[in-house]
Amino acid sequence: MALDVLVPMSETIPLAPPLPDAHGRFGQFGGKYAPETLMPALDELEAAYRDAQGDPAFRSEIDRLARDYVGRPTPLYHAANLSAKAAGARILLKREDLAHTGAHKINNALGQGLLAQRMGKRRVIAETGAGQHGVATATVCALLGLECVVYMGEVDIARQAPNVVRMKLLGAEVRPVASGSRTLKDATNEAIRDWVTNVESTFYVIGSVVGMHPYPMLVRDFQAVMGDEARAQCLDHYGALPDAVVACVGGGSNAMGIFYPFLGDEAVELIGVEAAGHGIGSGQHSATLVAGRVGVLHGSRSYLLQDADGQVQEAHSISAGLDYPGVGPEHSYLKESGRARYVGITDDEALDGFQALCRSEGIIPALESAHAVAYALRLAAERPAAQTILVNLSGRGDKDLQTVAGALGLGA
Amino acid sequence: MTITAPPTLDAGTRPRGKNDERPPAVRPKPEGGGRGDSQDWGAGGTFTPSRIPAAFAAAKAAGRTALIPFVTAGYPSLAATEATIPALVRGGADVIEIGVPFSDPLADGATIQRASQAALANGVTLTDCIALVRRLRAHRGLTAALILFGYYNPILQYGPARFVADAAAAGADGFIVPDLPTEESGELLAACRAHGRDLIFLLAPTSTDARIADVAERASGFVYCVSLTGVTGGRQELPDLAAYLGRVRQRTDLPLAVGFGISTEAHVRQVGALAEGAVVGSALIAHLDGVPVADQPAAAEAFMRALGGEGGPNDGPDTAGVTP
Repeated sequence: MALDVLVPMSETIPLAPPLPDAHGRFGQFGGKYAPETLMPALDELEAAYRDAQGDPAFRSEIDRLARDYVGRPTPLYHAANLSAKAAGARILLKREDLAHTGAHKINNALGQGLLAQRMGKRRVIAETGAGQHGVATATVCALLGLECVVYMGEVDIARQAPNVVRMKLLGAEVRPVASGSRTLKDATNEAIRDWVTNVESTFYVIGSVVGMHPYPMLVRDFQAVMGDEARAQCLDHYGALPDAVVACVGGGSNAMGIFYPFLGDEAVELIGVEAAGHGIGSGQHSATLVAGRVGVLHGSRSYLLQDADGQVQEAHSISAGLDYPGVGPEHSYLKESGRARYVGITDDEALDGFQALCRSEGIIPALESAHAVAYALRLAAERPAAQTILVNLSGRGDKDLQTVAGALGLGA
Repeated sequence: MTITAPPTLDAGTRPRGKNDERPPAVRPKPEGGGRGDSQDWGAGGTFTPSRIPAAFAAAKAAGRTALIPFVTAGYPSLAATEATIPALVRGGADVIEIGVPFSDPLADGATIQRASQAALANGVTLTDCIALVRRLRAHRGLTAALILFGYYNPILQYGPARFVADAAAAGADGFIVPDLPTEESGELLAACRAHGRDLIFLLAPTSTDARIADVAERASGFVYCVSLTGVTGGRQELPDLAAYLGRVRQRTDLPLAVGFGISTEAHVRQVGALAEGAVVGSALIAHLDGVPVADQPAAAEAFMRALGGEGGPNDGPDTAGVTP
C-alpha cells in the first residue's frame, strides 16, 4: 500500500465540525437530556476534548497507538468471490475485524481512554452489549493502567460468554445487569447510574454514537478514521469513490465512522442496515430508524422503539451488538435529511450473509457485520459490475460461534 | 438565611427567581394577596394558581420543614396510591410527588426502579397519572399541592403543551422532570408558564454557580436540591449540605427542598436546619412494602407523623444534634 494512503487517526478529528451545533444538536436530534448531576461533567468532557484536539502531543500519541497497537490502517479488501456470488457490483470490505480486539470498537475506546488519562480520571466505566466495546475498553484500560468496570446485561453475558472471559483476563470487573430486558439498554442505564454516583472520579466511555452531547460527536470523530482510510484507499486502489457505503446500525458507531468522511460526496449512497430480527411486522426487531418514532432515551433525542405511552420497548436481534431500542442522533438526522437511508435485515438473512462470507472468502464476520454483508449481497446483485459497494466489516465472529452453532444446528 | 418575600409583590404573583422574566400569559388579578394567594386568577384564566408557594408558606408559618413524600403512581395499584396520598396529607405532608412510571428511570435506585416496573406491569400510563390527580381533587377533596414527577419521554409523546394543560386542569400544581436540565426545558417551561404551573428544577452538589444561576432564572415553586451525587434511595447518612445549599441560597429567594437519601426524622431535621423542605421517596416506598395493601394508608400516615417528629422514635429534643 502506498504510504500516502495512510491517514493518521488524528487528522480525522475535525477541529470545527458543522454539526452538532453549540447545543449538541443535529437538527432536532441530540441534545443533553441528562440528570443535573452530570451536566457539569459533560461540559468538562467537551472542554477537555476541545483542548486535546489542539494538542500535538495528544494527536501524535493517538496516531502512534492507532498504528502500532491497533494495527491501523486496516486493509480494504476486494471480496472477489463474494462479488462473484452476487454476480453484480464489486464488493469491498473495510477490514475492521483485523483491528486489535477484533472490531472497530477499539478506535473509540483508545480515543476516550487517552482522554480519561489526560483528564486525570483513574476509574473508567463502560456499558457493553456484544462485549466488543467492553473488551476494547478493558484493553485500553490495561494498556493505560486504568481501573475498569463494565456493565453487561445478563442475557448478553449468557450469549457472549467468550467476551466476558476476555474482559476478566484483561483485569476488568464485569457487573451483570438484571433490570429490564437485561441487555444493552439496561446496561447503559446502570452505567449512567454509576456515573451519577461516581462522577468526580470516573470517566464514562460510551461505546456508540449515542447518549448525551458531546458523546455522539466524540465517538463519531474517533471512529471517522475508518471512513477516512477507506475513502483514501478507494481512490488509491481504484481511482474512484464507491457508489455505495453499507454498514450495520445498532447504536450506529461503525456506520457513523465510515459514513462521516463521505457525507460531502453526494454521489456516494449511504445505507445503514438495522436488525429486523424476526421481521418488522413481528414487533421483535431492533430496527429503530425503520420502524421507530422520535423520542428521548439515554440523554438524546433520536428515533426510538417505544409504545404509544412513550415507554421504551425491548429490542430483539440475534446479534447482541444491534439489540438496542435507540440509535445515534446523527443517524436520525441523516435519515430525516435524506442523506442516508436505512433498511432492515432479519436474523435469518443475517445468518445467510454470515455463511456466505465464511464459505466464499474464509472470513468469519461478527453477526452484527453479517447484517451489512447480507444487504450488500442483495444490493450488489441489483447493480452493474461497474459499480462498487463498500461494506464496513466492523468485527470478527469468534464471539458469535455459540449463537451461530445453535441457530444452524452445528453441534460440536 | 431565611426566605424573604420579594420586596415588591405584584398582585397574585408567586415567589420567583431573581431574574425571572415570566411572561404573564395569564394575567393575575390587579389586587389580592401575595404568595400563598389561593384565589382564581380572574378573567384571564379559570384555573387555581399553583398551591406550591402556599404550601411552603404555611409550613414556614408553622415553624415546620415542609414534608414532601414521593409515591409511584400505580404501585402496588392505582387504587392503593389513591388511598395512600390523602393519608400522607393527614400525616402532615405538605406537597406530594406522584411518580410517573417509566421503563428506564436512570436517576433512580433499586427501590423506585422496582416500583416503577411493577406499575408498568399494571399497565399504568401518563394518562392514568393525570386521571389519578383528577380523582384526588374531585373525589377525595384533596387540597394539598400535587407534583407529577416523571421522565421526559412519556411527556414528549403526550405532547408537552397538551400534558401541562391536561395536568393543570386535573389539579396538578407542578412538575419535576429529572432528565430535563435547563438547556432542554424550553418547551415544557413555556407551557408551565402559560398555565401557571411550577416547573421544579433540580440542582446537584456538582452544579456550578453559573448553572445555579441558570436554574434561579427559570425556577418557580421551589428548587429541588439533590443531596448527593447518586441515584434515589435511602441512605444511612447525609453529606454535609451547608456549603452547597449556601451557594444555592445566594442565588435564589425560592424555598429549597432537599431530596435523595432522606430516610429518617433525624435526616429531616438535619435538612430542615438549612432548607425549607425535605423529600422522602424510597424510604417511604420501602416502608410500605412491608405492610399489607389494606393497611398502607394507616402506615403511610404514621410514617409521615414520625418524619415530622410526632410520636416517632426521635420525638424529643437533641436526638438529631442539629438546631432546627
